[in-house]
Amino acid sequence: MIEVKSLTKRYGAKKAIDNLSFTVEDGEILGFLGANGAGKSTTMNILTGYISSTEGQALINGIDILDEPCKAKREIGYLPEQPPLYLDMTVKDYLNFVYDLKKVKPQAQARAAHLEEICGLVKITEVYNRIIRNLSKGYRQRVGLAQALVGSPPILILDEPTVGLDPKQIIEIRTLIKNLGKKHTVILSSHILSEIQAVCDRIIIISEGKIAANDTTENLTKSISTDNRVIARIEGGRDEIIGAITQIPGVASVTADMEREEGVYDYEIETREDADIRRALFNLAVEKEWVILGLKASEMTLEDIFLKITMGGGFAAEEEKGGEE
Amino acid sequence: MGAIFRREMKAYFTSPVAYIFISVFFFYTGTFFVSINIYNAISDLSYVFIYVFLIMMIMLPILTMRLFAEERRQKTDQCLLTAPVSLFSIVFAKFAAALCVFLCAMSIFAFYLLALSAMGANIAWSIVWGSLIALLLLGGCFISIGVFVSSLTENQIVSAIVSIIAGFLFYMMDVMAGSLDSLINSNRNFAALKAVMTSLGLYTRYAEFSSGILNLESVVFFLSFIFVFIFLTVRVLEKRRWG
Repeated sequence: MIEVKSLTKRYGAKKAIDNLSFTVEDGEILGFLGANGAGKSTTMNILTGYISSTEGQALINGIDILDEPCKAKREIGYLPEQPPLYLDMTVKDYLNFVYDLKKVKPQAQARAAHLEEICGLVKITEVYNRIIRNLSKGYRQRVGLAQALVGSPPILILDEPTVGLDPKQIIEIRTLIKNLGKKHTVILSSHILSEIQAVCDRIIIISEGKIAANDTTENLTKSISTDNRVIARIEGGRDEIIGAITQIPGVASVTADMEREEGVYDYEIETREDADIRRALFNLAVEKEWVILGLKASEMTLEDIFLKITMGGGFAAEEEKGGEE
Repeated sequence: MGAIFRREMKAYFTSPVAYIFISVFFFYTGTFFVSINIYNAISDLSYVFIYVFLIMMIMLPILTMRLFAEERRQKTDQCLLTAPVSLFSIVFAKFAAALCVFLCAMSIFAFYLLALSAMGANIAWSIVWGSLIALLLLGGCFISIGVFVSSLTENQIVSAIVSIIAGFLFYMMDVMAGSLDSLINSNRNFAALKAVMTSLGLYTRYAEFSSGILNLESVVFFLSFIFVFIFLTVRVLEKRRWG
């Protein structure tokens, strides 16, 4: 279990993270989402003891990372943004070095079996005796992941673990992380929103060093998506259609997309407070003799949620949650 | 600590660094040994010991320049600093590895002594042992300076150059203190500065050993010097975490 209490990190006058508080339960996979420089890596670096916080406390399975760093670090496997690989070593030597560095209990038989199991999991068995310098970026990333798994730490902190992997490898690593989540507590950061959505139980969105949202994907969608959106493909005069639809009660805005066919446009209609305009739109089309070629409700994607939160107006989710607590 | 020490040793001997260092050390001391001891049939190795400091001052920074600078540049320091090991263990393991490579280079003196014995020379063992101990301690001082400087920068070249300059200043500090004599008459503060410089200088203490005087105070000084720079390196790493 990880408990973060009022964590703040200042670099001079700038706050890299500002009063972060959250908890990660055992066996949970938490996703960190945020733009570059939002504070994801800083938070991860503090949790792993690489840097210290200016204020606040980080507890790793109840151990304060600042008070008992060695004890707390034994609980963590960390894959930083750039895998910390010694390029002059072979994969075998490197993993054995990490095994010794982490002071995993020395049992010759167990060591070989343990490293073999990890190499099998991250699929690097075929490059086990090769020098890391000669490996592709994808393999290096997987060796980095392997070193995080050495010693089977109960907590895994993975900073963008799928960077540099091809699509097939990304799917494999995602599946692996999902499986690791059954035995380990995992914190994962990524820029790939679909990855977070696919792998994580819960998401924390960080914006300018603050938690902008902290919830499951489903709840985030519900709490933020107060507006409904309807996409209608209609044949007719564009300006006339926009003007007429805007007059339907409950419509907040109408925008036309590019011309799909001659005289046919997609119209994105945003409505207020769950107003259902589908029937009114149909009747209007009949009255005006437009042809509706398609009509569908548009749900907010995680990308929409992320942009909405990080570009302002998204703190409601956090405040709402804080209020409940 | 053992894991980092073994990794550093392996890194030295799987790259040309250790071989170049040892070869240059052998060549340099060998030149003095042959030209002074063999050609002139002198059994006293003190000339070799006196002149060897120059090659140590220039070559030891090449051993130490990458120790922390490279880790920072490649971001492999994240592997060490997030592992369950203390900062002191990390610094000491790197220091010990560089010192071991230096010991390997020093092993050439065993060959010189064997050669002199085979030629029937009368070897002054007290001077030889004193000089070997002094050489090891002086090497430790230069290495500790190099480790410290390496922790301050990501650039290995900068690390090497600053280490050479710092090593030279510390080595010659007591000699340079002599030049303050003319200023002491005009300002008494220079007397205090001279005292500090004299006490921090490495040359006089090293020369003392080479003449066969085993001064315990100097041994303690050399060991304290090494400890202070290792401690400062730990503080630099600690400060960076809080920065």
